[in-house]
Amino acid sequence: MDGKNIKYRIGKSYVAQIVTTLFAFACVIPLLFILGYIIKAGITKINWHFLVNIPKPVGEAGGGILNALVGSILIIFFASLIAIPIGILAGIYLAENGKSRLAYWCRLCVDILQGVPSIVIGIIAYFWLVKPLGSFSALSGSAALAIMMLPIVIRSTEETLKLLPSSLQEAAFALGIPFHRVIYKVIIPVGVSGILSGVMLAIARVTGETAPLLFTAFGNPYLSFNITKPMQSLPLLIFNYATSPYNDWLNLAWGASVILLLWVLLLNIFTKLITRKWKVQL
Amino acid sequence: MDTSVEKGIVTRNDLPLRVINSTPEGIFKAKRRVKRSFRQIRTETVFRRTLTIMGLLMIILVLGILLTLIIQSLPSIKSLGLKYLWGKVWDPVQDIYGAWPFLLGTLLSSFLALIISIPFSLAVAVFLGEYFPKGWMPDFLKNAVELIAAVPSVIYGFWGLAVLVPIVRNLETHIGVEPVGVGIFSSSLILAIMIIPYAASLGRSMIQMVPSPLKEAAYGLGATRWEVIRSVVLPYTKSGLFAGILLSLGRALGETMAVTMVIGNTSLIPKNIFAPGNTMASVIANEFTEADKPVYLSALIELGLVLFLVTVVINLIGKKIIDRFTNE
Repeated sequence: MDGKNIKYRIGKSYVAQIVTTLFAFACVIPLLFILGYIIKAGITKINWHFLVNIPKPVGEAGGGILNALVGSILIIFFASLIAIPIGILAGIYLAENGKSRLAYWCRLCVDILQGVPSIVIGIIAYFWLVKPLGSFSALSGSAALAIMMLPIVIRSTEETLKLLPSSLQEAAFALGIPFHRVIYKVIIPVGVSGILSGVMLAIARVTGETAPLLFTAFGNPYLSFNITKPMQSLPLLIFNYATSPYNDWLNLAWGASVILLLWVLLLNIFTKLITRKWKVQL
Repeated sequence: MDTSVEKGIVTRNDLPLRVINSTPEGIFKAKRRVKRSFRQIRTETVFRRTLTIMGLLMIILVLGILLTLIIQSLPSIKSLGLKYLWGKVWDPVQDIYGAWPFLLGTLLSSFLALIISIPFSLAVAVFLGEYFPKGWMPDFLKNAVELIAAVPSVIYGFWGLAVLVPIVRNLETHIGVEPVGVGIFSSSLILAIMIIPYAASLGRSMIQMVPSPLKEAAYGLGATRWEVIRSVVLPYTKSGLFAGILLSLGRALGETMAVTMVIGNTSLIPKNIFAPGNTMASVIANEFTEADKPVYLSALIELGLVLFLVTVVINLIGKKIIDRFTNE
């Protein structure tokens, strides 16, 4: 090969590297645009009044998103109440009986569950809870979100527990400690950071979910604490008001978007800090 | 203590026995101790059983979802049959149900999004996996890409509606199609941004798993960096990258909110990629609560069933490929 050819090849290599770098960083641009735009449009709408009032009817300026905030917190609280115990127990099961036939099918089902479109989960919650109970309810929304949280919690619990050295568990067994005490006195305390980060990731993920709530929590323009009745939530409020033609409602939606975004970002950063501090691999 | 120990066999009798005082207090203590250890054993069994039940619960959950979808869509399967999927008209008022507009809308928007996003996600994967695995700049990029996945889809939809749709409308006036703004092209753009992280993060971990002797051998033969990537790294990780793209596709097919907000929501067959349309997920989101006739509702649920089956198959194939790749 002559020298010109080598120069051509090296040049090509450099060009490829530059093009790859450009394309890779091009992904960040829309993200920055989106974050910047949302924050610029919404941050001016947020004040104390915005946080402690419920939306006003069309035509009246002002109003806030208290009902959506309360609703989101309540719905997610009950979803966590359902999903976290079940998820952690199922994760322990998978980590402890990794090779059994049932565990294989269970893992397969968790994989399937992770990929199910959120709207399908909404339909399911509608037929399992809304129809039998006779009305849209926050509880059915919680159940739908719980189904979405399960795979994340299960996976992170399983992965965390698998990484723990088996000598830890064996030492505990050798002391004659029964299985359940080994789990909740030894295994869970050691793996708590991984499990916790999985839980927070799951909460961050379902906070922004709208589709499962459309036919379950349904939305409610008033403040409500009754979980057997329809309830508003942040993503639902954004969806309903963002598609409305009224400026006041659009402003509410922008403000709510910023709050939702901050909530999700904070949870993600918190998870990052936990995983960095305890060096968890997720 | 005379015979068995000398023979080297330990029997039950040789284990140290606990001496129980024959006072009432001693007997009471011993009873309590026995009760406690039995309770521990019982709890242990119950706990193990609970764990197994939780494992079973996942299987029941998935089967339950499948069965519910099938049972609820039976009326429409019975009355409309298979031609439902190829029916070109969706008009609930006159009881005509054809899913073709939505299938077409879903396929168009998802594949368009996939085509737009592949170069970017591959670039991120190669950049983070091969060019710069460590340092503050790749860390920033990695966190930013993860952030793309973290932003709620309704926020993407809202941004799309407020910012992207006017831009697309301008573009449409320039190239001379009907300037509506909302439509399949807008939703593909939004989807393309949203699905970048899935293929990128999987591709990155796959590329990092390429054995370095392979790469070093290629360098030793005088290959440039790009030639190593093109003829060693990419062929080696081919199946893994494909799996990442499949998982992205699964996401794109099932994405509801962002698409619903910018696709325009008409039940007509889209004439071109700029025309408004509807995807399977968005038509369910829009019409589910309005469906007043049993067949109408059931037809919508059948769409959900199709969506469920398609995403399950895509995800399982993707997972299988990843498992095979990581076990090798």
